[in-house]
Amino acid sequence: MYDFAYHKPATVADAVKLLADPDAKAISGGHTLLPALKHRLNKPSALVDLSGIAELKGIRKVGNAIVIGALTRHVEVATSAEVKAAIPALAYMADHIGDVQVRNRGTMGGSVSNNDPAADYPAAVLGLGATIHTSSRKIAADDFFLGMFTTALEPSEILTAIEFPIPEKAGYAKMKNPASRYVMAGVFVAKTAGGVRVAVNGAGPCVFRQADMEAALAANWSVDAVAGVKQAADDLNSDIHGSAEYRAHLVTVMAKRAVAAAG
Amino acid sequence: MPQVTLTVNGQTHTAEVEGRTLLVELLREKLRLTGTHVGCDTSQCGACVVHINGESVKSCTTLAVMADGAQVTTIEGLAKPDGTLHPMQEAFREYHALQCGFCTPGMVMSAIDLVQKNPGGLTEQQIREGLEGNLCRCTGYHNIVKAIAAAAEVMHGRRSEIARAAE
Ligand SMILES: Cc1cc2nc3c(=O)[nH]c(=O)nc-3n(C[C@H](O)[C@H](O)[C@H](O)COP(=O)(O)OP(=O)(O)OC[C@H]3O[C@@H](n4cnc5c(N)ncnc54)[C@H](O)[C@@H]3O)c2cc1C
Ligand code: FES
Ligand code: FES
Repeated sequence: MYDFAYHKPATVADAVKLLADPDAKAISGGHTLLPALKHRLNKPSALVDLSGIAELKGIRKVGNAIVIGALTRHVEVATSAEVKAAIPALAYMADHIGDVQVRNRGTMGGSVSNNDPAADYPAAVLGLGATIHTSSRKIAADDFFLGMFTTALEPSEILTAIEFPIPEKAGYAKMKNPASRYVMAGVFVAKTAGGVRVAVNGAGPCVFRQADMEAALAANWSVDAVAGVKQAADDLNSDIHGSAEYRAHLVTVMAKRAVAAAG
Repeated sequence: MPQVTLTVNGQTHTAEVEGRTLLVELLREKLRLTGTHVGCDTSQCGACVVHINGESVKSCTTLAVMADGAQVTTIEGLAKPDGTLHPMQEAFREYHALQCGFCTPGMVMSAIDLVQKNPGGLTEQQIREGLEGNLCRCTGYHNIVKAIAAAAEVMHGRRSEIARAAE
């Protein structure tokens, strides 16, 4: 790891100021950034540790939504009585990210800002039609995930919280790589006030909505309805862990399991 | 250089570190607590697991500066001063849950966190899932799982197989 200066601001405003330096980077749980820095994939001049910022913490129910602070660790989402009651599929997802120690440190803000194609949370954010709150604005999930490891966040912009509208029902299923535990293909399905939403992660370069499955489920919310919907392999990932065709096949299988889980 | 003050196994230490110093480097190289191991550079093996404020954490993926003010427990902090082993260490010995021992400190620290978080007891499946962040490349997991199940009984004050065997 190259050395860097270390800052621990107490407020979002101070963190944004420190991140004005184009070579500075935010750090939350560090469970994505530190492994990357160890491999010298990045050379930040400074790390801005967000973990001391109280306003980024906590889980609240606001109206018909659950608002989760960016610094909330996976273990906190997984064990939150509020999340379990309102959006059990989200608590289930958090409980199945990586391993215990990853869940003890990794945060929702870090995961969603990073937008790893194989990360879990982006599927819930897109699948539930959540709203991303940042240090300067609010962004709809549909406008947030732009491509592999790319989001609508500006370099000095901080993700502060995510607002999840409470769905009528939702479910998540993934096939994970047995070694890394990252997602090979996952599907998040939700019946929301704004209609049915289906988000696919792991399979493509970026989380995406599956319109054919959304239409099938809107017409008939059942496992059978998605069983006949095929995912095209064209733009999916192909690597040593699985071909694009294999991932395409998994999308239908995971969609069936996700609908079954949602009930 | 940044300065950190942290309590390790009940003793307070203050050290000068670089921003990039990992907690595991501080523990091993500055404090000479070499029981905590480093088995990978991808945050996957769990040989480096310690407790920070009572929770299991990979010390290879935590900056020393991020542990400023924390209470850290390492494998060296488990046995009593007279050498009596922690029930988890005793169970690993009794059930032959180690061969080379490289993964063992991390396994023991993860296992204690797992048992403490589940006072109602643990199924075999829960133990196996609880160890997803710890890789053992030589013992295999069967005896480790048995050891944790036995230690869980001792830690929660139930009569255990180990106690029965010793009688
Ligand atoms: C062994 C292992 C297995 C894993 N398995 C999975 C898995 O199965 N599924 C999964 O989804 N993830 C997995 N992860 C990743 C884990 O969930 C990470 O913790 C998470 O992706 C990033 O969160 P973090 O808080 O650690 O972010 P950090 O590493 O601190 O930061 C990640 C990136 O986001 C930026 N950032 C952080 N916080 C903010 C913020 N509030 N605003 C703007 N930018 C920010 C940082 O600058 C950095 O670029 C795994 C990690 C490991 C080490
Ligand atoms: S050394 Fe392998 S996870 Fe920490
Ligand atoms: S005892 Fe050798 S790696 Fe586990």
